[in-house]
Amino acid sequence: MKNITVDWTDAMAGLIFILFGLLFGVQSLGLEIGTAFRMGPGYFPLVLSGILLVLGGLIVFSAIHDRGGEGVGKMAWRGLFFILPAPIFFGLTVRGLGFVPAIFLTTLVAALASFKMRPLWALVLAGAVTVFATLVFSYGLGLPFRRFGPWLEF
Amino acid sequence: MDLLSNLSLGFATAASPENLLFCLIGVILGTLIGVLPGIGATATIAMLLPITFQLEPVSSLIMLAGIYYGAQYGGSTTAILINMPGESSSAVTAIDGYQMARRGKAGTALAVAALGSFFAGTVATLLVALFAPPLTAIALKFGAAEYFSLMLLGLVSAIALAHGSILKALAMVVLGLILGLVGTDIYTGAPRFTFGITEYADGLSFVALAVGIFGIAEILRNLEGDQDRTVLGTSLGGLLPSRADLKRMVAPMLRGTAVGSILGILPGGGAVLAAFASYTIEKRLSDHPEEFGQGAIAGVAGPESANNAGAQTSFIPLLTLGIPANPVMALMVGAMIIQGIVPGPNVASEQPELFWGIIASMWIGNLMLVVLNLPLIGLWVKLLKVPYHVLFPVIMAFCSIGVYSVNSNVFDLYAVAFFGLMGYVLLKLRCEPAPLLLGFVLGPMLEENLRRAMILGRGDPTIFVARPISLTLLLLTLAVLVVMFLPSIRKKREEVFVEAD
Repeated sequence: MKNITVDWTDAMAGLIFILFGLLFGVQSLGLEIGTAFRMGPGYFPLVLSGILLVLGGLIVFSAIHDRGGEGVGKMAWRGLFFILPAPIFFGLTVRGLGFVPAIFLTTLVAALASFKMRPLWALVLAGAVTVFATLVFSYGLGLPFRRFGPWLEF
Repeated sequence: MDLLSNLSLGFATAASPENLLFCLIGVILGTLIGVLPGIGATATIAMLLPITFQLEPVSSLIMLAGIYYGAQYGGSTTAILINMPGESSSAVTAIDGYQMARRGKAGTALAVAALGSFFAGTVATLLVALFAPPLTAIALKFGAAEYFSLMLLGLVSAIALAHGSILKALAMVVLGLILGLVGTDIYTGAPRFTFGITEYADGLSFVALAVGIFGIAEILRNLEGDQDRTVLGTSLGGLLPSRADLKRMVAPMLRGTAVGSILGILPGGGAVLAAFASYTIEKRLSDHPEEFGQGAIAGVAGPESANNAGAQTSFIPLLTLGIPANPVMALMVGAMIIQGIVPGPNVASEQPELFWGIIASMWIGNLMLVVLNLPLIGLWVKLLKVPYHVLFPVIMAFCSIGVYSVNSNVFDLYAVAFFGLMGYVLLKLRCEPAPLLLGFVLGPMLEENLRRAMILGRGDPTIFVARPISLTLLLLTLAVLVVMFLPSIRKKREEVFVEAD
């Protein structure tokens, strides 16, 4: 008798596709569908969502087989925790704090993503990046960023 | 001669001091990022893309092309020196290149790679100049139905080159297509899938998507291990290949160029396939097949020529039809659209300077690579020793600035974080991001042509099979799908990619 095992990476991938298919499919239904002759904004997305649902289902189905798949492996939790917020942080602060402090803090946040980075070095690195980026982007390329924003004015 | 006058126009454009400078900057930046291990050409270009937007259209595309060649060359450098190919197309180079490096012939291996690439680049550039105009003439006859069928063929072929499961690659394409539709509907003006955020009414930022799913996802993957790399400690050895070495590389170089040029034109992009095909051919033809895997020069010269020729000729479908053959070309389409150029057959007739300027700059870029990189190899090796935990915060900072500078839209930055997470999760679930990017770029075009064709056909879908060119393209699409699902081909395909990893 064969052991039925499930390749969880594939199954999860399939589920994600199904989820996206449902998300977009339901929203397409809220749009005007139209006819094949004059397609409305919802027609093509609805078709695509349907295809995505079917594909997701097939992937889940094919994930159930008689040999186990390899696992997901190590996750970069610390990386996720510090790398992803970096651009968000930049977005939240670039207008208020201004370009210079925003880029300094963003680099600092990103630097924390590695176990290897020591705090002092992170500060030095962030400082160097800030000086370089300000010279190149703000003075050199003349991008219209405010160097110091309204939050810093007293 | 038309060709000569066109080429001279191209060279006049590409050789203006300004464009030469941008080409040079592109090549250097591309190599610089490309030598960072684990970051392939696509990620490199995605991250450097925003920098080019401040320039004139011609200069910006020339610089992007330069970044592309530079990144590819950088990928080969890491493949040879630390056995870590920046991308799959230089995976083959790593096999024999690294062995050569271990025997103290790293310099020779790098020189052979550079010379092979340059030769292949020269031939392929000529091919592009020869074949682009007639193909453009055909493409001008294309209607909505033909475009739709052609894009379908391109998308399906792209799947053939993705790693792993075909089903997952198909799903990634479809997901990309849907994501491409986010924004305002062109016909009715109705907002679609914007979740009420008006900042997304113009669609999701292409740069944000590319930086997120390629750049950030790659950084996260590199952070998993978080360990130091071992860079080859031994000396590089002499750079110049000996006369005997040169003799041994000529034939593989010629064959590699031929294979690469042909495979590169195919939609779906053949650089990876070309490198593998060339390696297999060389191994089969060699008098000393046992040398392969032990540091055979032919094993470096052939595949390197092939992948560079393929990289070059993959511009043909882009320049003539506006259809990207691989993710890098998809990035070029994105760049052109942001610059206000609609890629397609009209580019050649309406903007000849741009069209021929890009072609000429390909050759100039390749020349710069040889001239620059041979003396600069020492510098690249030093760069390899910079620890990763110092590099990636810098990359993150520049990505943030870059993405923001395109539209000054902070929501693009939030999209970067979202796509970074999505790209990483999908990567962990063994879904290749490349098909998603192609789908994203082609999504709006595909829908527009579908809708137009259906209106022209008065709602009758037989319009796609009634027109001969469209029918041929659809049959080809079907053939590709059938072939991919054939059990024997499927097995072979898996083997190829297992070798690649």
